[in-house]
Amino acid sequence: MPDSPIRFTRRRLALLVPALTAGLVMTACSAPGSDQPSSAGSDAPVSTELGTAPITLELYAETGFPLVKALADEFTKQHPNVKFNIREDQFTVITENAPRALASDNAPDIIRLPTMVDLVKDDLLKNLDPYVTAYGWDRFPASQLVQLRLADGGAVRGSGSLYGLGLGYSVTGVFYNKTLARQVGMAKPPATIAEFEELLAKAKAAKVQPIVQFNKNTAGINFPHQALQNQFGDPTRVADWIFQKPGATFDTPAALKATQTIQRWAQAGYFPKDANALDYASMVGEFQKGNGLFMFNGDWESGNLDKNMAGNVGFFLFPGESAGGKHVAMSAPNTFGVGARAKNPDAAAFFLNWTHTDPKAREISVTVGGSHPGGPSDLPLPSVAEGTVLSETLKASQQLGAENGAVDFTANATGGIFSAAITPEMQKLVAGQQTPEGYVKAVQAEYEKELSR
Amino acid sequence: MTSAVGSTPAGAPTRAGGEDRQAPVRPHRKRWGRTAGWLGWLWVLPALLMYGFFVLRPLVTTMQYSLYRWNGIGRAEWVGLDNYLTVITDSDLLKIISNAFILIIFFSFVPVCLGLLVASLVRRLSAGPFGTVVRTVLFLPQVIPLVAAGIAWTWLLSTDGLVNQVLRAVGLGGITRAWLGEFDTALPSVGVIGTWVMLGLCTILLVTGMSKIDPALYEAARIDGAGPVREFFAVTLPSLRQEIGVCLTVTIIAALASFDIVYISTSGGPGIQTTVPGLEIYRLAFSQRQVGLASALAVVLMVLVLACVLPIQRLTREEKV
Repeated sequence: MPDSPIRFTRRRLALLVPALTAGLVMTACSAPGSDQPSSAGSDAPVSTELGTAPITLELYAETGFPLVKALADEFTKQHPNVKFNIREDQFTVITENAPRALASDNAPDIIRLPTMVDLVKDDLLKNLDPYVTAYGWDRFPASQLVQLRLADGGAVRGSGSLYGLGLGYSVTGVFYNKTLARQVGMAKPPATIAEFEELLAKAKAAKVQPIVQFNKNTAGINFPHQALQNQFGDPTRVADWIFQKPGATFDTPAALKATQTIQRWAQAGYFPKDANALDYASMVGEFQKGNGLFMFNGDWESGNLDKNMAGNVGFFLFPGESAGGKHVAMSAPNTFGVGARAKNPDAAAFFLNWTHTDPKAREISVTVGGSHPGGPSDLPLPSVAEGTVLSETLKASQQLGAENGAVDFTANATGGIFSAAITPEMQKLVAGQQTPEGYVKAVQAEYEKELSR
Repeated sequence: MTSAVGSTPAGAPTRAGGEDRQAPVRPHRKRWGRTAGWLGWLWVLPALLMYGFFVLRPLVTTMQYSLYRWNGIGRAEWVGLDNYLTVITDSDLLKIISNAFILIIFFSFVPVCLGLLVASLVRRLSAGPFGTVVRTVLFLPQVIPLVAAGIAWTWLLSTDGLVNQVLRAVGLGGITRAWLGEFDTALPSVGVIGTWVMLGLCTILLVTGMSKIDPALYEAARIDGAGPVREFFAVTLPSLRQEIGVCLTVTIIAALASFDIVYISTSGGPGIQTTVPGLEIYRLAFSQRQVGLASALAVVLMVLVLACVLPIQRLTREEKV
């Protein structure tokens, strides 16, 4: 009895050690992972016929965005033989689950995509090139699809085969509170960065919070950072970096100047004092409550803002260094792809094509999704009520398309860059714990680390 | 010693009287004991199988993965101990591990010390409805899911949260801040949430332990002229050795393996100020898709937990013997 606990432990150890060793030896014989699942049928002939046989499409989408459900419902109404089984998760969760979901036997037909590079490398996504020819997607503006193209093997983005389409093509810029704007003497949106900074100073002087921006679990201050970075240098260098073109670097004078500006704004109190503790939902809530003049965000919030602060919210594309300069903005498709192991790839592609071309679907994309519906440029845009912020973001989207100024988000450069580098380093930067030089070097170092894997 | 007994035929005429009393019992007990031993294994077999499949097998595969560079899907590449080398040399990962050790103060030492204090006070109230209410309130944090607790504390500690409101109301507006968002205060704030969660468990365990102490000991102490403080150190504390051991074990594991409170309240930020190994393992495996490195960190974490907990188990047990 007295030494029984010890003897028990020894006995258990005596059992455990050989068991562990045997297990290790057994499993060590084979390396984890398998040969990449084949995307069988990517060269097989494709069909643009939906047919009449009953089909259930497995759809994996992002929660909190009613667009997908609205589109699916309308599609089922028009094509009653097709039903949807929709699974929703937060975007970060999809990012984490996507590889395993796509590699499973029950792979989704249509999936909201995080960064696509790794998925293509692992051969988990269907190459949509056959559908491009079959449906004539080559008539879409090239800039609409460029972010969804990947070179062979998934090494470089921006050219090569098509691996996704957008359910809406969103644009980012600056929302502003009209009442507060009048209060600080802002008659019209700023035409230059200098004018924008003047307004920030005026707001601060008038005791109005100049910018409401979240920076908690994901770095929301990366929005203004990239808005500046896009303007301070050649935006194609930013795009090249995001697309992982060989030799591209984040350590550029433009990125450094943008980081210095962000640091100056943080020191001047232009961001909320507790930005590092503010999450996305709180930011939108604060802005709606009238607790800030500007908010850097995307058109996906247009519908919501029109509802909650009707008539009191405006939107502009972030200006350039000189007036009349070309607009550049972070703009990305709300990307959806087709799983390489999808059971109904033809129906999935039919649905994606339908969302771009069907008049009712395009209307839903605009009114529910708040974004440009994409598709062939000769198709008319659904009309929206004038005076709404939705009409402003839609106009901005068209303007950006015309100026060819869309750049993807730096956060999408690699699978881990946002959580491993941009978020923690940006939090350090605004808290004064990181220098601008240190910031750009840290982001580039993580990027290189990830690419070397 | 036992084998000699079995070799003697039962009821042998040469046996001395003293052995006679034991002889009919011992071989019988021995045989029964052996059967019971095997029967016992049979009874625990289902549990063992589950344990083997859901605990040992993942443990073994984790160890295996830690020797590879693998993204979780494609082919893995054998790298030997490289991942372990990264874990013990990467400055970020070392900081993350050290964060967990700082949390031990909040998750373990503070709740045990406070728990002893509270338990000493509560013990006197333990009878009657008031005692029940006190114990229920104290135990409540254990019943609430940690995610809910994390969310509630995020509100309490926000810029306009209750904590800052109270501070402003009592004239301490100068020290209000975003407790979970600032570099200096984030980790201690997460620690305070942990203290709140663990305090109830420790208190209840210690109150239960105290109720088992022989009242005669207190009486004797009092006759010897001991006051409440002396009584506590001379009687209560030594008698609670085992309970304190359990408290320390449970809370240290909770500190080192913490995940939910941190994930909800700060997501590891600002910077990596509150990132703990549990969170980093999850991020490395699922967000950065470095399954090998994540596994190596997991194995290191397991070793650290064992290194902290086993000595405590040993120390608190041997005294009892």
